[in-house]
This record gives sequence, structure tokens and C-alpha cells, in this order.
Amino acid sequence: MPVFWLALIVLALAAAGFLAGRVRALSSGGGNIRNLHSLPAYYGWHVALMVLVPSFLILIVWLLVQPVLVNNAVSGLLPDRAVSEDTTLGLVMSDVRRVADGLDAAVSAGAMTPDEAQSIRSEFTNVRDKLGSVGVALGSDVSPEILSAAQKYRGMTATGRFWMTVVVLAAAVGGFAFALRRTSAGFRARNVVESGIRALLLGAASIAVLTTIGIVLSLVFNTIEFFRLYPAADFFFGLTWAPSFGGGSQLGILPLLWGTFYISFIALAVAVPIGLFAAIYLSEYAGPKVRAMAKPLLEVLAGIPTIVYGLFALLTVGPLLLGIFGGQGLGWMQAGTAVMTAGIVMGIMLIPFVSSLSDDIINAVPQSMRDGSYGLGATKSETIRQVVIPAALPGIVGAVLLAASRAIGETMIVVLGAGAAARLSMNPFDAMTTVTAKIVSQLTGDADFASPEALVAFALGMTLFIVTLGLNVLALYIVRKYREQYE
Amino acid sequence: MYDAVNTEQSVQQTDTKISARNVQVYYGDTHAIKDVDVDIAGNTVTAFIGPSGCGKSTFLRCLNRMNDTIDICRVEGLIELDGEDIYDPKVDPVQLRAKVGMVFQKPNPFPKSIYDNIAYGPRIHGMARSKADLDEIVERALRRGAIWDEVKDRLDAPGTGLSGGQQQRLCIARAVATEPEVLLMDEPCSALDPIATAQVEELIDELRQNYSVVIVTHSMQQAARVSQKTAFFHLGNLVEFGDTSQIFTNPEDPRTESYITGRIG
Repeated sequence: MPVFWLALIVLALAAAGFLAGRVRALSSGGGNIRNLHSLPAYYGWHVALMVLVPSFLILIVWLLVQPVLVNNAVSGLLPDRAVSEDTTLGLVMSDVRRVADGLDAAVSAGAMTPDEAQSIRSEFTNVRDKLGSVGVALGSDVSPEILSAAQKYRGMTATGRFWMTVVVLAAAVGGFAFALRRTSAGFRARNVVESGIRALLLGAASIAVLTTIGIVLSLVFNTIEFFRLYPAADFFFGLTWAPSFGGGSQLGILPLLWGTFYISFIALAVAVPIGLFAAIYLSEYAGPKVRAMAKPLLEVLAGIPTIVYGLFALLTVGPLLLGIFGGQGLGWMQAGTAVMTAGIVMGIMLIPFVSSLSDDIINAVPQSMRDGSYGLGATKSETIRQVVIPAALPGIVGAVLLAASRAIGETMIVVLGAGAAARLSMNPFDAMTTVTAKIVSQLTGDADFASPEALVAFALGMTLFIVTLGLNVLALYIVRKYREQYE
Repeated sequence: MYDAVNTEQSVQQTDTKISARNVQVYYGDTHAIKDVDVDIAGNTVTAFIGPSGCGKSTFLRCLNRMNDTIDICRVEGLIELDGEDIYDPKVDPVQLRAKVGMVFQKPNPFPKSIYDNIAYGPRIHGMARSKADLDEIVERALRRGAIWDEVKDRLDAPGTGLSGGQQQRLCIARAVATEPEVLLMDEPCSALDPIATAQVEELIDELRQNYSVVIVTHSMQQAARVSQKTAFFHLGNLVEFGDTSQIFTNPEDPRTESYITGRIG
């Protein structure tokens, strides 16, 4: 039975359970709501939850685990000769799955009967043509081993599906009966639903956390794999970044880190003063009308996709800078793509981050501080410079650090604005590149995924992750310290 | 009563320092202060009493134009400091506030060191010629704020680390450091315990030698203890203004009597 129908049946059962729970609770209370512990709807929800939660949990786990188990079982059954010299078990298994899928498609298209699909032999029938006639293209002729493995694969999957349907339905019906038996006037359905809601919220929170752990783990394993192929000392201290897919690459991270920090530094040098001054204007000087207009307008900047900023860098800022600092002008700049181009555009992108956060923080400085300063005969700018900003400083530093970790992780602007040359140079009008841009270029080629040239992307990602994580932790620590300031 | 704590010093009251005539204050459409006439004498403590929302704090904030920082607030009428209209366009509110200092309801030391809190005003107004000069100003202000002995060894410690009563005395010292002529206090003891309150009240009485002090208070006892003149506000009107002894023993207006005996308010 398809999963869709199974889910629909369970949902229908839950809806029926809701009504049944309500009715049963009401009748056990003699038809009077006042005799019940909880409102009738809670009894209904209790039954519905008892139907839904266990059966859907089983369904999800089963769907995740079954393919893995079937895969393992079938690959264990494959004879050794099926995995020949020039191929791997993984490739053979993907062939098996393709043939199995093809047989499924053929059956559902009516080209084969189900029995035929399970008994077909490649010795007597050309399976490739047969599957090709229903639109399933196979790369090569199907060997008898793969065909029989595919048939076993289909058989096991079908059996698994059958038992999954049985178990899920049993869980749903069991939950229904169990919950309905518990339902009586004195049963505390409200409390049970409450803990159900809590579990739901907890689940949502843990999915977020588990995903983070998953991302980190996927980085860690590939990074370890990379360091097995390439010495860590060369990676961290190498001054040259020269990947060549033929082997003999030099994969030193330092030119990339330098580019990353140089561009981020320029970006922050643009974003911090402008953002901070904008925040001060908005929070201290602007009238309510100007503020209501200007703040959303400024925040529109944050909503522009970074690729659009990249185009802006490539088409507008780059040529503009080239006109001033290039061959016709000062002669410092070779091409429109440079650290300066990317840095300025990235800085523009970061302005709303700095201004929006700083604005909130400046507004959080108690009015009594300002009153105290005005009461002593200070002007507005004296008050801002000497009382408001120092009081808000830890929070502003937090905002700047958050912006910095955004800058370090930025990719598109760098790809389009800064060029692709990894170099160590002090000239801000040279083309450079960053860690993120190189991660993209290392993974988008035709590289063998097991080579150090491809795996280095994970080591780069891991390094970047640790750097930004450190910055975020620092920012959080500073912001938290700031919160205690006025308590 | 607690009168025994303070032995009132005999200070000669001088002529009128601030005179207000026909003052009206509006918050948007709300008419918060109606037709208030008050004369505040020099070297005198004047207390403003009245139930919450009666406008006494609003009126106090008119005296140093702190209401200018509130957009929707509008002040009409005449308020003169030493015979000069403080709402005249020629008058710089920033200069005015240096002459009319203010202490707020909640202690609001800046998140700076004790020294910098006091030195803030003198630095802004360029009152010190040298570091030694500034040190002297800070010490004098702290002594006048009756907090010198408690903080002299930790002038570099943050002002926010002091206790509530110490913070309020620090704020008073901070206001005193700019050498104002009038000191406005908006319920300076409402966040303090009785001991700190007694210290601040004692301080107010000492400050009377040099300044004229206007204090807003919710405590009738406090008004009776520290002030020579009392003004009773009710619903935005000045109901009665006169000598404190007169107001508390023999009020003219029945509303004043009801308030100080606790029947309204």
C-alpha cells in the first residue's frame, strides 16, 4: 500500500478517534461537561494523538531504516564475480536499484505482470530493451546476477512494505483502542495533551540541534579523510594555493584566509561607521515619521539576494574603481575584480545588519541615562558620544562581530567581485579570493570525490565553521554581558 | 514624626529665584498643568506634593526645560530665572540646564567610574583648567554629596556598583559638581530605604546653604521635614502654596487638608 494512502488512513482513524473520544467522555460524564475533568475536545485530542504519534513515528523510522537493511541484505547476497575489477560494490548496487526501479516502472506501465517481473531471466529476454520500451534507460545490458539481485531487492522491499503497513495500522488501531479504554470522566486528558504538546515542541527544537550536529559530523569525517591524504601542516601553513587535478597540488589555506580577512576587514570598515551613524541618527535624531520610513528602507538592503550584490560589484563598482585607480587613473588597479570592489559591496550589504542591531541596542539604553546627561547641561551629541555609545558599546561590538561572521561566510560577492586568484598581497586593488569561493570551485568541477583536491573543500569549510563559530560565541558572550549592565 | 533626625539649619532666605506665571503644559491634547503661579525663593527648599498624576513632576521638568526632550509636550506661560524668561528663543536650554541641575527619581549613574560620573559635567562645561583642578572639583562635589568618605578609595570603580542610596548621593554630587544655582529633585528618595532617605534628606538641608532646592515628593513627612515652602498640586492645578508649617498645620483649602490627612490621593 502506498505511503500516501497509509498516512491518509491513519489520519482518518485519528479523526474518528477524536470524535469517538469526545463522545465517550461525554457519555461517561452523563452528558454533562461539568462532570468531566477536562473539556470534551481534550479527550478527543488525546485519542487522536494516541493514534497519530506512535504510528507516524513507526512509519518514519521504518521508511528510513528499511532501504538500508534491504541494501545490506542484497549486497550480501551478490556473488563475488558480480563485482568485477573495474567497479565497486556501490556502483553495482546502484545498478541493482536502477533495474529494480525499472521493473517497478514496467509493472506499473503494464508492460509486465508482477509475476513476470519476478521470474524474468536475462538469458531468455532482453531486459534492457524491455525496460527501454517503458522509458527506463539502462547503461548496459543487464547481467543475470544483477537482474536476480534486483528481483530479490524488489521482493524484500515489497515484503518490508507489507509488514510496514501491517505494523503501522496495528499501532494506529492499538493506540485508538488503548486511548478509548482510558477515556472516562475522571481521566486527566488535559494534562496528557499538555505533555503531548510539550513533546512536539521539544521534537522541533531537537531537530534543529540534531541537524547542526549532522552538518558538523559530515564536515568532520571528510576533513579527517582529507588530512589522511594531505599533511595538515602543509594545509594550515602552506603559502601557496595551487590545486591541480592531475595530482601534486599545493593546498595551503593561508592565501585564502588572508583574502577572506582582507575583504571582511574592508567590508567592516565600510559597514561599521555607516551602519553605526545611521543607527544613531535613526534612534536619537530622526522623528517618528522619518524613522518609520527610513528603518524599513534600510532593512530592504538586507533582503537583497547576495548574487544581486555580486552583479552590482561586477558591473558598477568594479568599473567605477577601475576608472579612478586603474590604468587611466592612478594605475594601481589591473582589473575591475579586486579586494576593494568586493569589500565595498560587501560592506554595503552589511550596513543593515550593523544599523538594525545597533539601533535596537541604542534604544535599549535607558532614557534615564540620557535624562541624567541632559540634566547636567550636555548637548545631544555629547550625550550620545559620552553616555549612550559607551553604555551600548558591548552590544554594538556584538553586532559588529555578527556582521563579521556574515562577511567571512559570504561567497557570491567574492566570486563576482574579487576574482579567483589566491594570492598573498597587501594591495587592496589586487584580485584575491576567499575560503568560501574556493570551496565552491573545488566542489563544482569534475574532480574525483575521493581526491584531496575535492576533499580539501571540507577542510576549508571546517576551518571557516570554527572561525565563525568562535566569532559568534564571542558575540553572544559580549551581548549577554551587556544584558546585565542595567539589572 | 522623624523630625529629630534633622536639625534644621538657619539659613537666610533670599529673594525670588524662579518665578512662574500662568504656566500651562499640554501633552498632545491633554492639558496637564493649568494656570500655575509659583515663586521659588533662593536658599530655600520648596516641596511639591500631590497625588500621582497631578502634574508636579511635569511642572518641575518645565523649570529646566527637560520637557523639551519630549516631542508632544508644549509649555505656555512665563517662567523666569533671575528675571530672565527661560523659554525665550535666545536662551540655550543646554546652558540653562547647567544652571538648573536635576536629580531624578531613580538613581541613574552613568556606566562609568565614580570619578568620571562626577567629572562629566565639569568636563563638558570646561570648568577645570587642569587635572588637579578637576580632582579638586570632584572631591568637593563628592564631599558636598556626603559620599566622599565612602568612595574616596575607589574612585575608579564603576558608579553602577554602588548601593541604591550611594548611587543617589552620587547623582546629587554629580548635579552639584556643575555648580548649579537651582537643584531640582524628582522624588529623589522613592527608591531608597529609610536610612539612605535620612542621609539624602540631611544632604538636602545642607545644600540649602548654597542653592535653592525644589523637591517633588510623595511623602508628606518628607515634605514637612525638609522644606520651608510647600506647593500642593491637584489635577494639574496649584491648589495651595505657602510656608510648610502653614500648609501642614492650618491649610486654607479643604482639598489640601483632605490630602495631607489622607482622605484623598
